[in-house]
Amino acid sequence: MSKTELRRGGADTGERSQELPDRTTATTAELLRDSGCVLRLSEQEAAALSQSTAGSEDETMIINMGPQHPSTHGVLRLMLELQGETVLRTKPIIGYLHTGMEKTGETLTYMQGVTNTTRMDYASPFFNELVFSLATESLLGVQLPPRSTWIRMLMCELNRISSHLLFLATNGMDLGAVGMMIYGWREREETLRLFEKFTGLRMNHAYIRPGGVAVDLPETWREDVQAILDVLPGRLDEFDTLMTGQPIWRERLQGVGVISQEEAIALSATGPILRSTGVAWDLRKHMPYLAYDEVDFDIIVGTYGDAFDRYAIRLNEIRESMRIVEQIIEKMPEGDYKVQDRKVTPPPRARIDESMEALIHHFKLFTEGFRVPAGETYVAVESPRGELGCHLVSDGGAKPYRMRVRGPSFFNLQTLPHMMRDGIIADAVANISSVDPIMGEVDR
Amino acid sequence: MTDTPEVTEEAAAPAPEPERLHGALVTRDLDQVVLHVGPDEYRPVLEALKDDGYATCIDVTCVDQLTNDARRLPEGVEPARFEVVVNLLNMAERARVRVRCQAGGPDAVLPTITDLWPGADAAEREVYDMFGIRFDGHPDLTRILMPEDWEGHPLRKDYAVGMIPVQFKAAPGPR
Repeated sequence: MSKTELRRGGADTGERSQELPDRTTATTAELLRDSGCVLRLSEQEAAALSQSTAGSEDETMIINMGPQHPSTHGVLRLMLELQGETVLRTKPIIGYLHTGMEKTGETLTYMQGVTNTTRMDYASPFFNELVFSLATESLLGVQLPPRSTWIRMLMCELNRISSHLLFLATNGMDLGAVGMMIYGWREREETLRLFEKFTGLRMNHAYIRPGGVAVDLPETWREDVQAILDVLPGRLDEFDTLMTGQPIWRERLQGVGVISQEEAIALSATGPILRSTGVAWDLRKHMPYLAYDEVDFDIIVGTYGDAFDRYAIRLNEIRESMRIVEQIIEKMPEGDYKVQDRKVTPPPRARIDESMEALIHHFKLFTEGFRVPAGETYVAVESPRGELGCHLVSDGGAKPYRMRVRGPSFFNLQTLPHMMRDGIIADAVANISSVDPIMGEVDR
Repeated sequence: MTDTPEVTEEAAAPAPEPERLHGALVTRDLDQVVLHVGPDEYRPVLEALKDDGYATCIDVTCVDQLTNDARRLPEGVEPARFEVVVNLLNMAERARVRVRCQAGGPDAVLPTITDLWPGADAAEREVYDMFGIRFDGHPDLTRILMPEDWEGHPLRKDYAVGMIPVQFKAAPGPR
């Protein structure tokens, strides 16, 4: 068996040239990228890197991490070139969860579209629904009633809390703080229970739809949300005690996976990774959508761009989201929860028994869907992982001509080789975890 | 019928010069700035935009316009089947710009922009994987989502939805 075959474990998984190439066959540009130094080295140093004997096949080892690895958050496969314990090169290999959702999106009507997009980033489904709905609405040119906008904000901020709690849980688990896993999941469960009560489903809600939301909030919503807001601050303080101030935790994360501002920007990183380097960039603040310009909150930024900053940013973003939710409880306007345009949103079920017109609208909407004026648009929202965008092209029909979703994790993964460079293999898990990739969104 | 003379007067006035940025035609549908370029202007326009402060390449994607009868392009832009779309972001000025490049037919080749924005690396690979557009100068232009031996480019409009008889080589064929 040749060396390359050995590397694949004997089985041909169909990636071949997508895999990490041998140093002898890799081009300089490839070497630079996989070593995570696209921006760090001068051309001279780069040339030296490609000729360095330190990296010859006999002294280094290429190992596979994943796709079946508990710390790769799904089916991410990393090929690492190691010299002893030091990581020299990293290449993420993706596509194991690719199900052609963008192609599927072209065969679904705009009404069905959210059930597809919501399954992309399964840890923050509301954001996917939101971005698709906003894109559709921008082509339709409909004006939303204020209540539906505020309901959307409420659900999104609660979802940001649950998504970051999931991050805290898995981040703890990856680094050996197994107790944290249980606590993170316990708190997340509270929000999921709330989602189930409000939308009927714990995940993949299809709640935010073009034209508004699926159903109005239940009458007791204020108390339900308040119950979570009452429980969380104490629990977050517990997390601080358990992790933030704890020497082992700090040792494990501080100075690990450092990435500079220039690198983060050049590599299209967004969200907590970008903010950890000190760039105060949050679409909610800088390019407000929904009604984010009417609520008060702060952008959390880091200083060092390391794994600890990314952890701390997410922990504190939960607190900021709670601030927003508190304001939403106060300011929630009364009114319609969806557009009363029967060409876009279905009539209430009870109307169908009384009105022929309602029956026709209902039938038309659910069989053919509604037509969207031809054109194209790009809409972006700030998901828990960064800029989530939707590029929608319509040819005037009832189905999107092309639906492109810009998943933040897909781009954020490109920072991994930079974070891993010259680190030790034991920190690899900390790095993957701090990027917080959701493979459903990476592969779509 | 009193306004008829006015209408003709307006029509007689010379059409306003179309807006251009770095030589590319600009449209502003839905308040979004879109630049229209051909394959030759693609790289120079993007270089100029990078110098303007568009430091983040948010997305590179593609649209196969094969069956789109309703697409709107400004006068003077030669339509092509594949349209490569680049989304850029300027954080300092909070501005976005979208570059629509009429790339060409199924064998279209565009110069890479990975040297301007290293973050475009994975996105260009995805465009190659899904549409078969090649990027000249890309460090590692391989498929990214589909297996290496996959035939065809799935997001093309002439790629049927369900033409996958056997997904894995080891799996038994349909009976």
